[in-house]
Amino acid sequence: METIFDVENFNLWYGDNHALHNINMKIEKNAITALIGPSGCGKSTFIKTLNRMNDLIPSVKLSGSIRYRGQEIVNSDINVYNLRKEVGMVFQKPNPFPMSVYDNIAYGPRTHGIKNKSQLNDIVEKSLRDAAIFDELKDRLKDSALGLSGGQQQRLCIARALAVKPDVLLMDEPTSALDPISTSKIEELVLDLKKEYSIVIVTHNMQQAVRISDYTAFFLLGDLVEFDKTDKIFSKPSDKRTEDYITGRFG
Amino acid sequence: MSDNAKPSLQQKSLPFGRSLYSHALQSCMLLCIGITVALVFFLILYILIRAIPYFSWEILTTKPSYLRGTIGVLPDILNTIYLVFTALVIVLPLGVGAAIYLNEYAKSQKLVKVIEYAVETLAGIPSIIYGLVGMLFFCQFLSLQTSLLAGSLTLVIMSIPVIIRTTQESLKTVPNGYREGAFGLGSARWHMIRTVVLPCCIDGIVTGCILAAGRMLGESAALLFTAGFAHALHGYIDGITSSGATLTVALYVYAKEQGEFEVAFVIAAILLVLCFITNYLAQAYGRHMKKIKQ
Ligand SMILES: Nc1ncnc2c1ncn2[C@@H]1O[C@H](COP(=O)(O)OP(=O)(O)O)[C@@H](O)[C@H]1O
Ligand SMILES: [Mg+2]
Repeated sequence: METIFDVENFNLWYGDNHALHNINMKIEKNAITALIGPSGCGKSTFIKTLNRMNDLIPSVKLSGSIRYRGQEIVNSDINVYNLRKEVGMVFQKPNPFPMSVYDNIAYGPRTHGIKNKSQLNDIVEKSLRDAAIFDELKDRLKDSALGLSGGQQQRLCIARALAVKPDVLLMDEPTSALDPISTSKIEELVLDLKKEYSIVIVTHNMQQAVRISDYTAFFLLGDLVEFDKTDKIFSKPSDKRTEDYITGRFG
Repeated sequence: MSDNAKPSLQQKSLPFGRSLYSHALQSCMLLCIGITVALVFFLILYILIRAIPYFSWEILTTKPSYLRGTIGVLPDILNTIYLVFTALVIVLPLGVGAAIYLNEYAKSQKLVKVIEYAVETLAGIPSIIYGLVGMLFFCQFLSLQTSLLAGSLTLVIMSIPVIIRTTQESLKTVPNGYREGAFGLGSARWHMIRTVVLPCCIDGIVTGCILAAGRMLGESAALLFTAGFAHALHGYIDGITSSGATLTVALYVYAKEQGEFEVAFVIAAILLVLCFITNYLAQAYGRHMKKIKQ
């Protein structure tokens, strides 16, 4: 197994609020890692440190180490724009830009300097195909992305993230705002993307974690309680608190 | 409560007392509307009736001549356009830039609150005070003399709050998801602002601009001391350093100092028309943007 993120003794504070305590985990390449746990336990906070989106919140302080492909990203002066290009993100609420479908997908490549029209066309088509939404949208490339349904918008956002050719996709509850059919489409898509990408997905939905993930990390009140193969977590959890959570005793 | 205490749904009219009250209130409101509309129409009609007899192509297209004893308001029209245009060109980047800084860059919320409070206060200061400060600072301290440039700069200071406020308001309506989305794809902040945030705010900025232009058109107190009273025609370049009256200032001068009420009414009518045009532009632009968004 190859590690893509190596997290060691990682701590995070929002001002005085110690939100993540001494996290240790190795996230595997080309696997799906699910983060579960009750609201407010720090899942979003953790996933946002993996592409340094937390830099945008002035009160955040970090300690410890996270290495992405061996490079330290905590408190180091790496190029965050390139990091975010390699570690893409899909958000809870679909957030397509108020532009055409085409311009949404082309936004990332253009940001990173690609201007050539035919190259952009190829990227747009490939990204839409990879996100399994090309057939639905091929005649609507010029339409505003805001007119799409919620599920289409979310897959468009995934396509937009794929367009900059990332290594890793971070997904923060990508289906929590969607209906069951759109949800299962996205789950299929995520399983399919695993071949080429490493995926870290936050989910509120235990079944979803079981259905799609290879590894599961259970967070509770800022602690990483247990991190193991998904089968193991859901069949023989080694921590009482994990067991209580997955059997629905709290959360 | 017993059942028969409930009001019957069949009963059509209100009890007499309440019906009287309601009618009285309605009549009062009609009266208020009537008075307002009547005042506005009276004002407009009065100005037009007094102005139209003196309207001529000549008065619109010539400068006043003491030799021939003729009066023309062309210099005043050109001064107004020149002044408003120059002020807008300066105030737009300043005000929009300040609003972007406050909304997108500033880290200290305390500082932002203090500046916003200052901007609010500035917006409420009577314009004669801007005129006084403009005269002391631009005309005397910076030795610009009374000139269109000094007048423009005074208008700039005066309208910065309007531009900052309207821009900030429209920046605040841009959902944070757009910003996160752009950052998540590896955009730097300015790139994100330029490509995602500002395109969403163009309407707000244009509306602010039209509002500010409207206010400048109607401004006189801030210009009396700073832009001066001259009715001369200048070239585009040397105009900026010469003194020049705008329409509103000219109106004051003609009516108050020279007792030329005919000209004053002609100018008033021109201002009315300009006012209609800016309002129309603002509304037409709003409608146009709504259509595009659909
Ligand atoms: N921007 C923020 N500023 C301050 N505290 C925050 C911020 N975001 C999250 N927190 C705090 O960090 C903790 C973890 O939140 P979060 O990571 O959003 O949890 P989850 O995604 O697991 O529901 C919570 O206590 C929350 O109040
Ligand atoms: Mg969350």
